[in-house]
Amino acid sequence: MSIIENHETVGSPLSEGAKLRARDVCVFYGEKQAIYNVSLDIRQNEVIALIGPSGCGKSTFLRCLNRMNDTIDICNVTGEILLDGDNIYDPRVDVVPLRATVGMVFQKPNPFPKSIYDNIAYGPRIHGLASSRVELDEIVEKSLQRAGLWNEVKDRLHAPGTGLSGGQQQRLCIARTIAVDPEVILMDEPCSALDPIATAKIEELIDELRENYTIAIVTHSMQQAARVSQRTAYFHLGQLIEVNATDKVFTTPEHQLTEAYITGRFG
Amino acid sequence: MNYSTLLIALLIALGAAYFLGRNRARSLAGQGESMHSLPTHYGALTALWTTLPPLLILIMWVMLEPRIVDALLTMQLPEAIRTASEAEVRLALSKVHNIASDPSMMGQSELGSVAAHLVDLEQRAAILKGGVILSLILLGVAVTWRRIQPDLRARGEVERIVRVMLFASSAIAVLTTLGILVSVLFEAVLFFQKVSPIEFLFGTTWSPQVALRADQSGSSGSFGAVPLFAGTLLISAIAMFIAVPVGLMAAIYLSEYATSRVRQLAKPALEVLAGIPTVVYGFFAALTVAPFIRGVGESVGLDVSSESALAAGLVMGIMIIPFVSSLSDDVINAVPQSLRDGSYGLGATRSETVRQVVIPAALPGIVGAVMLAVSRAIGETMIVAMAAGLAANLTANPLDSVTTVTVQIVTLLVGDQEFDSPKTLAAFALGLVLFIVTLVLNFVAIKIVQKYREQYD
Repeated sequence: MSIIENHETVGSPLSEGAKLRARDVCVFYGEKQAIYNVSLDIRQNEVIALIGPSGCGKSTFLRCLNRMNDTIDICNVTGEILLDGDNIYDPRVDVVPLRATVGMVFQKPNPFPKSIYDNIAYGPRIHGLASSRVELDEIVEKSLQRAGLWNEVKDRLHAPGTGLSGGQQQRLCIARTIAVDPEVILMDEPCSALDPIATAKIEELIDELRENYTIAIVTHSMQQAARVSQRTAYFHLGQLIEVNATDKVFTTPEHQLTEAYITGRFG
Repeated sequence: MNYSTLLIALLIALGAAYFLGRNRARSLAGQGESMHSLPTHYGALTALWTTLPPLLILIMWVMLEPRIVDALLTMQLPEAIRTASEAEVRLALSKVHNIASDPSMMGQSELGSVAAHLVDLEQRAAILKGGVILSLILLGVAVTWRRIQPDLRARGEVERIVRVMLFASSAIAVLTTLGILVSVLFEAVLFFQKVSPIEFLFGTTWSPQVALRADQSGSSGSFGAVPLFAGTLLISAIAMFIAVPVGLMAAIYLSEYATSRVRQLAKPALEVLAGIPTVVYGFFAALTVAPFIRGVGESVGLDVSSESALAAGLVMGIMIIPFVSSLSDDVINAVPQSLRDGSYGLGATRSETVRQVVIPAALPGIVGAVMLAVSRAIGETMIVAMAAGLAANLTANPLDSVTTVTVQIVTLLVGDQEFDSPKTLAAFALGLVLFIVTLVLNFVAIKIVQKYREQYD
């Protein structure tokens, strides 16, 4: 693998006026290094897809963007990640508002063991976003509508969230994230546990959400990356190999590893 | 042949039959036959058919032999004893057994001839027993040996026998519980023939003294069990008041906050508490905690009994902490990490996540743990026997001395007792109440668990 030692990311990882900027990010799990000097900009209102073979560090990188790795004791992150110019790894930064600003949707739908309503209201309640019951009702309705779930659940808001189908649960989790009014949404393989129809709905939703949010999505499905994203970043063994416009990555990749992966030679 | 020899014979037969069956299957297969099952299945089948029937017969023999022997001996007893009361017959029979075990006494009693008959019977029974068992073993081997043919479906048959054996094991557990219930119930009914259930359940005076002789002066006893129930409730409540919050918070700390190193040290240390014998807790309560509480009480001008409910309840609570914490820790750990991630991902703090996501998800298990702890507190005997005293006071004051159902059962049954006096029988009535309360508690716990499970799964 001499090919990737001291690799310089090809393509256009950096851009002017980006929403999130990662600079020389390295991640260590104990002694083991998982991410090597990744620098990547994520623009306002774009969907960027992070692709790569299993274990390449794309999920780890995603989890750095809202400091979810803090919950893992042995995980250590170096480098800088700037959100609107402020380093989120600055010791003075409080993760609570950070995670409200940079929300996350997980691989497996993980609704809380509460009613649909309480699932959505959870975030606004802990952040004190609603001053009255009426306001909270509005937030819940608006979030469910944005996640395209309102019509399906409006008559059973107080039924348990765990009683929904897998696809509905994942849209519930997206609605839950939207409810705290984030600016960036991170999605970690949000469709890998869903059937094709539910996947199509989520992909449609991602496209709509782009108007208001900045989205980074990790996916194993290259078709999905091609369908929903404007830019694609290819990770390999903890290195960021190539970042380019999605069309370009899937038609004329610059790097031979990217080409090998998207043509199915490995991964 | 005695039982141990027969058991060894059965063990040998088990091994031998297995190899015989297996080798027969192998040799048939070697002759080009296409066997239905693997050779080991034929071996297992042979072993099962060789040992199970004799084992069953042996168990029945153990249970039935004394009865049959006694029935035969009764017919040999002198006319005068046989026509007298049942108790005299039993007495005579036990005399016969004593004489038979000591040949030197044989000639000294009128029952000598009966005893000689007993010795004779036992010898014949032993020979008969050995013969029956050995022939069953041989029969089992021979029949199964002949049955081993290519089309014998040994695998399925072994599975069916295993299934029956497993069913029998669980049936034994259930039947034992039923048996205990029935025997307690039987004695309790005897008690309620002498003392009305209304008086027992609602009377507020407990003083189980009964005149031993008709001409004896003194009380006729008073069996109002309310002070005992109240005492049990008070002590259990104090114990749960300590154990539930402390145990639950310890569990939350261990599973959510502690680093893995702290956890590795603290969890076993906490579980050591569960390994301390309750007697030790008992004298800790009686010798250390109770005087300490009395001292503190006196220094602030309170009148504290030296055997206070508070001391017993406190120590019992400490005893139950590892119960609550260990069980709760397990259920909290079983809450999927994805739920925590979801909560942290929304910007929730650790305590918000614990309170609003983890605990609700783990609630069925926690309720189960608490219910189990309550059953344990109600049934706990040693600590209260040593620390809570015997005075059946009806009081809600934790500084007073109270007594519990279990303590009274112990005191009623310790020493020489006659089993037809209400004093002794009262213990069984108390036991029945204890049994029913625990049963109801467990039932409620299961219902709660089911309700939440439907909601969360």
